[in-house]
Amino acid sequence: MAVVERRPEPFEADEMMTVAAARQLRDGTVCFVGIGLPSTAANLARITHAPGIVLIYESGIIGARPATLPLSIGDGVLVEGADAVVSVPEVFNYWLQPGRIDVGFLTGAQVDRFGNLNTTVIGGDYRHPLVRLPGAGGAPEIAALCRQVVVLVRQTPRVFVNRVDFVTSVGYGSAAGDRGRLGLSGGGPKVVITDIGSLAPDPDTAELTLVSLHPGSTVEQARAATGWPLQVSPDLRVEEPPSDRELAVLRRLTATIGGVRTHGGE
Amino acid sequence: MAEIVSVDEAIAALVADGDTVALEGFTHLIPFAAGHEIIRQGRRDLTLVRMTPDLIYDQMIGMGCARRLIFSWGGNPGVGSLHRFRDAVENGWPVPLEIEEHSHAGMANRYVAGATGLPFAVLRGYVGTDLPAHTDTIRWVTCPFTGEVLAAVAALRPDVTVVHAQRADRRGNVQMWGILGVQKEAVLAAKRSLVTVEEVVDTLERRPGDVILPGFSVTCVAEVPGGAHPSYALGYSLRDNDFYRRWDSISRDRDSFLGWMREAVLESDGRRRTTS
Repeated sequence: MAVVERRPEPFEADEMMTVAAARQLRDGTVCFVGIGLPSTAANLARITHAPGIVLIYESGIIGARPATLPLSIGDGVLVEGADAVVSVPEVFNYWLQPGRIDVGFLTGAQVDRFGNLNTTVIGGDYRHPLVRLPGAGGAPEIAALCRQVVVLVRQTPRVFVNRVDFVTSVGYGSAAGDRGRLGLSGGGPKVVITDIGSLAPDPDTAELTLVSLHPGSTVEQARAATGWPLQVSPDLRVEEPPSDRELAVLRRLTATIGGVRTHGGE
Repeated sequence: MAEIVSVDEAIAALVADGDTVALEGFTHLIPFAAGHEIIRQGRRDLTLVRMTPDLIYDQMIGMGCARRLIFSWGGNPGVGSLHRFRDAVENGWPVPLEIEEHSHAGMANRYVAGATGLPFAVLRGYVGTDLPAHTDTIRWVTCPFTGEVLAAVAALRPDVTVVHAQRADRRGNVQMWGILGVQKEAVLAAKRSLVTVEEVVDTLERRPGDVILPGFSVTCVAEVPGGAHPSYALGYSLRDNDFYRRWDSISRDRDSFLGWMREAVLESDGRRRTTS
């Protein structure tokens, strides 16, 4: 039978980023999930290729299987169908601290050359910042203690800076070997996935290096969006575009964020 | 045994100007009605403690109740900034706000230390970050057994902790379930406590995974149905995500914020909850 030529479904850069992040999660992975794009990507992985993934939210949800995507890390939809609901001290002390989590999924307002993240302040000084960001949340200990970290963030020169204004969460510090010197038990950022491609630490220098491009993106585009002289891996690859199924599930999920209009207190 | 009173009586009796006050509830069961009563009663110079300040502290900060904030994540979850919190830190409006900033793991352990009656807690945290340089309640200790250097965080001991729960019985035993955050630790760490509840019942019917705060460990209980809105009480209400989204535009501008507060909080009766 003749193969029917079919034009692939067009997709947005954000969709490619979320799909690429979901593909990082293997079935059975125990994953600490932040809200926003990380939560979307993790649930996309759960519904497509990784049904046995264990999603942990810092509100104390272990083994979440939300029917619709939550707006916050504490929506009721996360409780329904979860394996366990535990207190916040328990989630950090019993589950994260001893190293029971495989992958931590993080984002930030700034990411630097060595994968350090800033979610605290931009500009000015700490007491008088130009921009006050939400702060640390669970990130410092997730970045320190998960076996691996996946960072998911849009790539612009304001975000990809040579040195973060404030180290909220440690990536590789300021050189290869810093994590070991600091005694951090987790492995650090394995990959930083953006709307242009992905970056990974150079094995010798720990500097974030371009390792893949999304279909349609260019090295020049990645360099223009990066605040340090971006090195390109000799093995630069092009990410597979989203499959029809990945796109269909992603769009269905995204449409459900926060659920339907609700009335509280009745 | 906890005394069963109205929420306005409880705030009047338990919260004084200058107190250190924790209104806890991790996204779920946030005691909004009690926070609104603190605003209506015009408390000033409070040190507010909360892991996730959320909309309730955005409102209290914007209305000038707070002098200091102890926290670990100050955003509108899934939406963006807390504009009143940012305005206070960036511009000192309506009054300057001092901050004492931690990670979630650090804050959770500070409450655990308070609840267990210890002066501090230890954790593997903060290493390599810029937080310890700005936060005096993060120090370092050496393990006497292994020599490992660990973070030490000072115990939190609020003058008053306020939480919301699903139910209490007439003797003041409190029952809560679902996402329980640090509420139990925050109540046990405090000198005084208020629990607002969806309903006061004759007998508490136990549920899987529920937590009971015995009446002797709680100072006051007040019945406030819908008292967590726009947060929620599992089994009674759903999180009003639309309101959380709307808050972004209500709170972005000082006048629009003040107008909303006047209408929805200052001129409203705390015992008759609006649910809009």
